[in-house]
Amino acid sequence: MKIIVAIKQVPVRDSNLRIDASGHWIDEDDLSYEINEPDAYALEEALQLKEKHGGEVVALLAGPERGSQTIREALAKGADRAIHIECDDLASLDTLGIANRLAAAIKDEKADLILTGLQSDDLGLGQTGVVLAELLGIPHATIIMQVEAASGSIKVKRELEDGWFQHVEMPLPALLTIQSGISKLRYATLMGIKKAKTKEVRRVSAGDLPQAAAATVTIERVYLPEKKKETQLIDGSPKEAAAKLVEKLKFEVRVI
Amino acid sequence: MAFKFKNVDFIGFDAILSEDERLVRDTARRFIDDNLIPIIEECNREGRFPRELVKPMGEMGFFGANLHGYGCAGMSNVEYGLVTQEMERGDSGIRSFVSVQSALVMYPIYTFGSDEQKDEWLPAMAKGEKLGCFGLTEPDFGSNPGGMRTRARRDGTDYILNGEKMWITSGSIADVAVIWAKMEDENDLVRGFLVPTKTPGFRAYDVHGKWSLRASVTSGLSLQDVRLPASALLPGSGGLKSPLMCLNQARYGIGWGALGAAMSCYDTALQYSLMRKQFRDQPIASHQLVQEKLAWMITEITKGQLLSLQVGRLKDSGKVSHEHISMAKRNNVAIALECARMARDVLGANGISDDYPVMRHMMNLESVKTYEGTQDIHTLIIGQAITGIAAF
Repeated sequence: MKIIVAIKQVPVRDSNLRIDASGHWIDEDDLSYEINEPDAYALEEALQLKEKHGGEVVALLAGPERGSQTIREALAKGADRAIHIECDDLASLDTLGIANRLAAAIKDEKADLILTGLQSDDLGLGQTGVVLAELLGIPHATIIMQVEAASGSIKVKRELEDGWFQHVEMPLPALLTIQSGISKLRYATLMGIKKAKTKEVRRVSAGDLPQAAAATVTIERVYLPEKKKETQLIDGSPKEAAAKLVEKLKFEVRVI
Repeated sequence: MAFKFKNVDFIGFDAILSEDERLVRDTARRFIDDNLIPIIEECNREGRFPRELVKPMGEMGFFGANLHGYGCAGMSNVEYGLVTQEMERGDSGIRSFVSVQSALVMYPIYTFGSDEQKDEWLPAMAKGEKLGCFGLTEPDFGSNPGGMRTRARRDGTDYILNGEKMWITSGSIADVAVIWAKMEDENDLVRGFLVPTKTPGFRAYDVHGKWSLRASVTSGLSLQDVRLPASALLPGSGGLKSPLMCLNQARYGIGWGALGAAMSCYDTALQYSLMRKQFRDQPIASHQLVQEKLAWMITEITKGQLLSLQVGRLKDSGKVSHEHISMAKRNNVAIALECARMARDVLGANGISDDYPVMRHMMNLESVKTYEGTQDIHTLIIGQAITGIAAF
């Protein structure tokens, strides 16, 4: 089975983010980057499928030069090779623009399965995988928690709301967006890091791919959540007040 | 409640590391954060070596990481150093265990061993299936190992070893001991032997009541008429230079490791000082005397990073001398211990509790200051290198 895993590089969690001078994006200087967490689970799922069924895992990343670090980690964990679409303009593209690039870079790969995280930790649109599937003309399923491969088809378990799940059988090739936390992520071992140096990374210049139409979705303004101080006095008997307080903490402030 | 470690990098140090070096460091960091940090305080309290981490560490490639072949990871010395930094950010005892396995047992087998010895021990040791210990120090001889009393006597084609070794990390959990002894029929030349610990006459007993390195095993070894075949001798070893070459490997790793402990203390002090409020409802980080401590710590850590990196680069290009390694070990352990004491100060009473890693690092570093060449001995090594006069 040939599996392509689309991964994204995002700022490390808990980074101190600053808005850049344009007000349209974050200041990228001095930030450290890592693999988008749901994509890490997509990669793990791909590696486990390969261990069970054989085949090849190809990591696919669009982004600037620094993305090579995330690619190297994917190769160190066990991906066989990688495709790096080199571009510095990700923040100015919309989902369709990015999905167009990803689709163009892999259209000749004839993958059986394409996996990606269900959303990115930076923008969190959750659309890239879905649009990519449409562009490739293959079926997709989202928020996947489990994948079982049979010959020519797969059975997947989708997470719905309220603790409900859906089991779907679908033909291959297909695209799945993977939920975070569904398995235990492996480490890149030191041996794996050493081996990664010898693996192939195909570099594709964004300029060589068909130009996407102008973005239909643009970012108007990036800003930090604005803090508001507010004091509320809760009336009633202690019992009623406590019940109201719990209600508020649960559903308004969402801390319990 | 201990804080989640945040990277310590004041002058863009990470940017002068290669992509692979950062990846190795980050991988080791994640492993330590996931697997050691959650259990280390309990191990330290109970005086328990976390044996359960041996196999996972072997799978990660942490043992003999800078050796090539035999299932070892083939890391550069800088990469290996960054791994030891992360280990010791967790705990000096765990780093000690890995240093002994890697630099003091696998390295001499790799460097002085026969092909049979390498094939027998290195792959199994790289996986963590077999553990080793290193017997050089004796009850009466520490800084002056040349005074050792352990003797090897020839008997036919066999050797008979007698002697006592002391302060041996991993002594009682080891499958094989690298024992250094004077050869009676070779003019007291010091040579190394691979002694399987189940050999009759070999006994290891643990040192109890330690206030330091409580998460690693420290033992004394007793060898009474231990009979070994000729094949137990490390054929390439000859003279005190051989064990000192091993110590050089380990000391190099300690130079990096001490920085890890220092980073843990600094980061804890920084995060604590930003959270802890005292006067006028302001965090104590706003006080000049606290800032002075934090500024001292980050400055010394930064200088130590540059020192270790340059020594590592020299080692990777084959140009390192033992006095370079002495400088890194001496400086970085000293500043780490000072960072631990300052961080304890910043944490006030909370600093003495094992809710925070600071006092554990401080107590560990007292050992690290002494073993593998004391602070004073490294001072004299540097003194000898610059004056040409040996003062010991």
